[in-house]
Amino acid sequence: MALSRKDLLGLEQLDAKEIESVLNTAGPFKSLFTRSIKKTPTLRGKTVVNLFYEPSTRTRTSFEIAAKRLSADVVSIAASTSSVVKGESLIDTGKTMEAMKADIIIIRHSLAGAPSVLARNLNSSIINAGDGFHEHPTQGLLDLFTIREKKKRIKGLKVLLVGDILHSRVAKSNIWGLTKLGAEIRVAGPPTLIPKNIPDLGVKVFYDLDEAIKDVDVVNILRIQLERQQENLFPSVHEYIELYQMNRERLSKAKSDVLIMHPGPMNRGIEITSDVADSANAVINEQVTNGIAVRMAVLYLLSGSTGKKAR
Amino acid sequence: MKLLIKNGRIIDPKEKLDLVADLLTSDGKIAEIKNSIKNPEAKVIDASGMIVVPGIIDVHTHLREPGHEEEETIATGTKAAAHGGMTTIFCMPNTHPPLDNAPAVEFVMLKAQKEGHVNVFPIGCATKESLGEELSEIGVLKNAGIVAVTDDGNPIMDAQVMRRALEYTKMFDIPVVSHCEDKNLSKSGVMNEGHTSMVLGLRGIPRQSEETIVSRDIMLSELTGGHLHIAHVSTAGSVELVRQAKKRKVNVTCETCPHYFSLTDEEVRDYDTNTKINPPLRSSDDVKAIIEGLKDGTIDCIATDHAPHTEEEKNKEYDLAPFGIIGLETMLPLIIMNLIKTKALGWKEAIEKVTSNPADIFRLRGRGTLKPGSEADVTVINPENEYVLESKRIFSKSRNSPFIGKRMTGSAEYTIVGGKIVWQSKEKTNHSK
Repeated sequence: MALSRKDLLGLEQLDAKEIESVLNTAGPFKSLFTRSIKKTPTLRGKTVVNLFYEPSTRTRTSFEIAAKRLSADVVSIAASTSSVVKGESLIDTGKTMEAMKADIIIIRHSLAGAPSVLARNLNSSIINAGDGFHEHPTQGLLDLFTIREKKKRIKGLKVLLVGDILHSRVAKSNIWGLTKLGAEIRVAGPPTLIPKNIPDLGVKVFYDLDEAIKDVDVVNILRIQLERQQENLFPSVHEYIELYQMNRERLSKAKSDVLIMHPGPMNRGIEITSDVADSANAVINEQVTNGIAVRMAVLYLLSGSTGKKAR
Repeated sequence: MKLLIKNGRIIDPKEKLDLVADLLTSDGKIAEIKNSIKNPEAKVIDASGMIVVPGIIDVHTHLREPGHEEEETIATGTKAAAHGGMTTIFCMPNTHPPLDNAPAVEFVMLKAQKEGHVNVFPIGCATKESLGEELSEIGVLKNAGIVAVTDDGNPIMDAQVMRRALEYTKMFDIPVVSHCEDKNLSKSGVMNEGHTSMVLGLRGIPRQSEETIVSRDIMLSELTGGHLHIAHVSTAGSVELVRQAKKRKVNVTCETCPHYFSLTDEEVRDYDTNTKINPPLRSSDDVKAIIEGLKDGTIDCIATDHAPHTEEEKNKEYDLAPFGIIGLETMLPLIIMNLIKTKALGWKEAIEKVTSNPADIFRLRGRGTLKPGSEADVTVINPENEYVLESKRIFSKSRNSPFIGKRMTGSAEYTIVGGKIVWQSKEKTNHSK
C-alpha cells in the first residue's frame, strides 16, 4: 500500500480514502511504542532530511523520531545554521539535499507554498511540515487520529477551532481533513482573525465563544501569536483573554466528555488556562505521541512512491 | 523606399475604414489606400487573409534600462515589441536611476534611436525619484520628450502631492498616469484577497486598495481639471468608478491589461510566481466587468504592463518573488482570443484600444491612424495563426509569462515602423516585377 503521490503538501489534495489509509496505517505503528524495541526496519537504507526554516521543537523532533523508528537515516538541518544564512536559495538548498540522495525532504517554512516550490523542482518526495498560513498536513492528520482514537468516529462530530484562524495552517489542515471525514466544524474568534471566505469550506463562524462551544465534542485551541496585536488584529492580550480564553467556566458549556486539543506550543494563561490544559479532558500530550505514529505512517506510505518524477 | 501591402483587410478606427484594399507607404509615411495600387518601385507584401491596422501602441511597458539590463534592455524589449506587433511603446520611469531628469530621459531616447526596433516614448517621473514627495521638473522632462508623468510601480500616496501633479501638468497638456493602490491596505499582500488566497495561505490584496485610490484620484481630477489616466484597471469597482466619472465629464481615461480580461486568481494555485502581478489577478466577476468596461468605452486602452524579471528572481517562494509579468508578445493573441473571437468586441473596437485611443490620450501626432501623411507605422495581423506559446520563441530577455505552454491564436505577421519592416513572421515578401 502507498499513497499514489510524490509529495504531501496539504490535506486539501487528499481524498477521504487516502486520509483514512494514513490513519489506519498509524495505528499499528503506535502499538510499537509500548514495546521495549520501538523500531521497524521498514525504511532501512532510505535517507530523510528535515529542512527547517523556522524554529520548531515538536514537529522536528517528531519527524526525526518517526524516521528513526522506521530505521531511515535522518539528518536535520536548521536554516539558521546552514548555507541559507549565506544566501543560498530554497531551490539550491533542496537540490543539494537531492544530490546527497535524500529520498524524502521534510520542510518547515514561514512562507506559504515553499514546499510546492521544492516539489516542483525536485524528484525527492516532499513533506510539508508547516508552510506559512497554508497547511500543516501532518498536524491535521495527528489531530484526526487523536479524535478518532478517543471518539471512535469522526463523522457527525462537532469540532470547534478557537482563535487565530486567519494565520493558522493547523486550522486549515484540520478543516480540510475533518470536513472530508464528515465532521461538523465551527470556528470562533474575532472577525479580524477569521478569513471572510471561510464559510466556503463548509465551516460555521462564531464570534461569541460561549455560543460556539455549546454541545461540541472537540475543542481545538490555536496558539495566539502575540505579534498579531501590533497589526491591530486584536486590541490587547487582556481583551483576548476576556473574550476567547478557554477556561473552566467556558468549558462547562461544552459536552462533559469534550476533548481539549492544542497543537502547541501553548501560551498558558492566554488562550488556555492551566487547569484546562491539564484537565482530564485534555489530550494535548497524546497528540504529541500520536504525531510520531502518524508521521511514521506518512513516511512509510510516501516512501513507496519515491522515484516518481517531479512535475 | 516604398512598401505596398496588398489585399489586406484594412481597419483604421480613426478614419472609420474597414475594407479590403492595398496600402502604399512612401518615405516613411502612409501614401495612399485604395484598390489595386500598382507601384513598380515598391516592395510588395501579400496581406491576403491578414488584417492591416495602424501600428499598435503600448502605453505601459517597463524596459528596465538603465539599471536592470539583466531583465530587459531597450534593444531586447523593443525587439519583443516588434514581435508582438507594436510599433510604439511607452516606457515607465522606474529605472535605476529613475527617469526624473532630462539626461536620463535623453539617454533612453538616444539608446532607442540607436538600438531600438520600434518607437519608444518615455514617461517621466511625476515626483523626484518617484518618492511621491516633491514634483519632478515636469516642464524640463516634457521638453526632453516625455509623453506623460507617473510614479508607476507605486502610488502617489500623499493626496496633496497628487493634487499638485494633476494641477501642474495642465499647462503641458499631458496626463498623470496613476498606479492606484492604497499601500496601507495592500500592505504585504501578494495576491487578490478572496477564496484562493485563503486556501493558499497567502496574504491578500483587497480590491478596495485599488478602488479607494481610483476614487480619490477621480475626485482630485475633478478638483483640478488635470488629466488623470488610470493605469492597469483590474476590478469591477474601478470600472464603475471610472464609468460614473466619465458621465460627469471628469478628465479621466484609463487602461487595462490583457491578463485582467484573460485570467483569474485561480491561476495562482500551485504558487506559480508567473501569476504574481500588481494589481493582482482578480475574480471572474472582475474579468466580466473589465470586458463590460471595454465594450461600453469606459476603458479606453489596452496596455501590457510588460514587467520583465529574470528566472532567478521569479523561481522562488511566492512571497519573495517580485510582482510583474511580460506581455509584449502576448497582448495581440489575447485580444484576439478573449475579446474578438468571443465577440465581446469587434475588430474596430478592439483595435482602437491599442491605436487611436492611446494616440489621442497621449497626444501623439501622426500615429494611431493610417490616414495618408501619417507615420508609416503599420501592423499586419494574422488572425488565425494557431500555436503554443513557447519560451524559446520569446524575444524578451525575460520569460516570466503565465501564458507559456498555452494555446494562442493570432500573431503579428509584419510589424512596420516608419515604412521599415522590423518584424516579419516568415519569408513572404517579394519584389514586384
